[in-house]
Amino acid sequence: MPKSHRALLGLLAPIAVLGIVAGSFARTSADSVPGVTSTEILLGGTHPYSGPASAYGVIGKGIAAYFAYVNDHGGINGRKITYKDQDDAYNPAQTVQVVKGMAEQDHVFAFFNTLGTAPNLAIRQYLNDQKIPQLFVSTGATTWGADAAKYPYTLGFNPDYQAEAIVFGKYIVAHQPNAKIAILYQNDDFGQDYVTGLEKGLGAKASQVVKKATYEVTDPDVRSQMATLQGSGADTIVIAATPKFAIGAMVALGQLSWKATTYLSNVSASQTMMEAATKGGGDVATEGIISDAYTLDPTNPSLANTAGMKLYRDVMAKYGQGLDPNNAFILYGVAAAYTMCDALQKAGKDLTREKLVDASIHLTEKNPFLWPGVELTTSPSDRFPIRELQLIRYSKGHWDPVGSVIDARK
Amino acid sequence: MVAVPRSNLIAFGVAALIVAVAPWLLPPYIAFELAYAGAYAIAILGLLILTGMNGQISLGHGAFMAIGGYAVAIAVSRAGWPPEAAMLVAAVVCAAFGGLVGIVALRLSGAYLALATFALAVSVSPLLKRFKETTGGAQGITFATAHAPGPLAGTLDPERWLYYEAWTLVGILFAVSWFALQGRLGRALRAIRDNEIAAVSFGINPSVYKSLAFAWSAAYAGIAGALIASATAYVSPDSYALQLSITLLIGAVLGGLGTMWGAIVGGLVVEFLPLWAQAINTAASSLIYGISLIVVMIAMPDGIAGGIRRVSRIITGPRAEGQPGRS
Repeated sequence: MPKSHRALLGLLAPIAVLGIVAGSFARTSADSVPGVTSTEILLGGTHPYSGPASAYGVIGKGIAAYFAYVNDHGGINGRKITYKDQDDAYNPAQTVQVVKGMAEQDHVFAFFNTLGTAPNLAIRQYLNDQKIPQLFVSTGATTWGADAAKYPYTLGFNPDYQAEAIVFGKYIVAHQPNAKIAILYQNDDFGQDYVTGLEKGLGAKASQVVKKATYEVTDPDVRSQMATLQGSGADTIVIAATPKFAIGAMVALGQLSWKATTYLSNVSASQTMMEAATKGGGDVATEGIISDAYTLDPTNPSLANTAGMKLYRDVMAKYGQGLDPNNAFILYGVAAAYTMCDALQKAGKDLTREKLVDASIHLTEKNPFLWPGVELTTSPSDRFPIRELQLIRYSKGHWDPVGSVIDARK
Repeated sequence: MVAVPRSNLIAFGVAALIVAVAPWLLPPYIAFELAYAGAYAIAILGLLILTGMNGQISLGHGAFMAIGGYAVAIAVSRAGWPPEAAMLVAAVVCAAFGGLVGIVALRLSGAYLALATFALAVSVSPLLKRFKETTGGAQGITFATAHAPGPLAGTLDPERWLYYEAWTLVGILFAVSWFALQGRLGRALRAIRDNEIAAVSFGINPSVYKSLAFAWSAAYAGIAGALIASATAYVSPDSYALQLSITLLIGAVLGGLGTMWGAIVGGLVVEFLPLWAQAINTAASSLIYGISLIVVMIAMPDGIAGGIRRVSRIITGPRAEGQPGRS
């Protein structure tokens, strides 16, 4: 083949290929409401199925299982939910790309339970510009509820960290009015939210915080911080830490034989972590620790006979093939999916994005997958869906409820 | 002045034409993804210069991308700079920082250098969280999306603007690298890679060239980081996890360390292979990704670009080509 022909061919072939590719991406429908047909609602989501946070990937599978259950029971106002959940590896740059793809290629109706503070921050502006709902996001940062005026299409789900600490503070005021309080917290926004919340909850008693210590996520352990806190003479300690450091702190309690009343952040209070801490530090490390809960706990025997737990087991048996029903992340996904279905239902048969957002900020629901007594409520002026929490105490290898549900709002 | 072989000019022209036309045939979000691919290609090109041409390994290029990304985020959100100006600053800062790392790297080679640069990649995320006042801490910095300036804004949506920005830079940086590597500089870098003692005996000062290669390569990574940040309009420590540095190295090896085209192939692979893998099966995406890597490495040990070249040689018969890295 002469050289010039070859060059020409080299020029034309790729352009032809591009043309074919472009054709296959062309829009096929011009529906007035993207992602909604007479029989289907298309929802998008992102969860990390790969990378360092991949343990959270099962949340997406729990959601899919619950949607399958709902679809088999008539769907939502006659429509079935199609749920497209994509992997973003917990990398915000990747979240932006898969979300744009789902918004512009698949024309999803709304995004639901996208996971992680950073990934959600990365897509919030874009989705609000496009007026696409970003509902019940899977993160406990305060900004989802606090900055709603600027981002009306975004709504959180998890209780914010401040609410959790407010509840601790209120409980301390009511039950340990003379407590001398020490705080161990992670030196970032997550830890700072706890300190702010605790001081709010303590109110006038905030002066009883005698010592604060921080740790960095790069620290090897928190033993020296714990020793310093013990040296302050505190009889109560609040541990606002992620799992690795929370376990270290509890083990240190045991090693230092420090019998303080201990409050532990929800993110670190799973059964596996408590067992690890007990193994490392003995019973003194974990016995009597107080934490909080808002969803049902599949490993807690005292909840086994609740209606929500029974429904959860049924859904898992039929739609959760290959999933471990005792994994609390899966139950969390199911609980969030219930709320999404509730909002879709209330948005009515004549579904639009605006109606969905409006319905989702007018919720009062008794979500069966939340801890009995915890109510999920939203209103245009209160965009924190869950701010009621049940305190729980770890005793003889499992969590028992302490008192009744406390509302961080009041 | 180096003479440019005609076949290379044609290849470059064809590539430029395809790149210019493509976004108008594709939906905006694909153009957007291609902008990321272009940015990755730039970072990988930097790695090719360092590793492919000069034989130094870096597992820490994600750190340079972080510097570039945060430079843009801070300059745009705090000082109201246009992202393009911030990119230039990012490149200069990264070059300086890369030069410093290069000086440290003089004492190390092979696995030891890999480990030292690995430490860079590991330390970037906690450092970013530590200086919260400047970096926004764990929540990072959200800033305005880049968009076409003034009169262009009406015709170019942000996605296509980012695409042209990225691929124009790809073109410029490729041309710069190609010319630089054709001459004395390229010969010196390759001589050091192949045999440092022999290079010294020819009067080449390895310290100067090795630090220079690091600075050069870091500047490219900084520009890539700045591009990606302005496309995402958001930076956070999670964006620059350890995985990023490794991804770049995967891109360089898969694309092919021997030829500059390998960087473009690498950029496309790094961007689209994970998306493609999860289109097949979301849950098994890492598995599919991993298997694809293994298959490519077995089938094409000198990378995809190298594989394509071998296949085209079989079809068209051997041709003499003046490619850098094949001296």
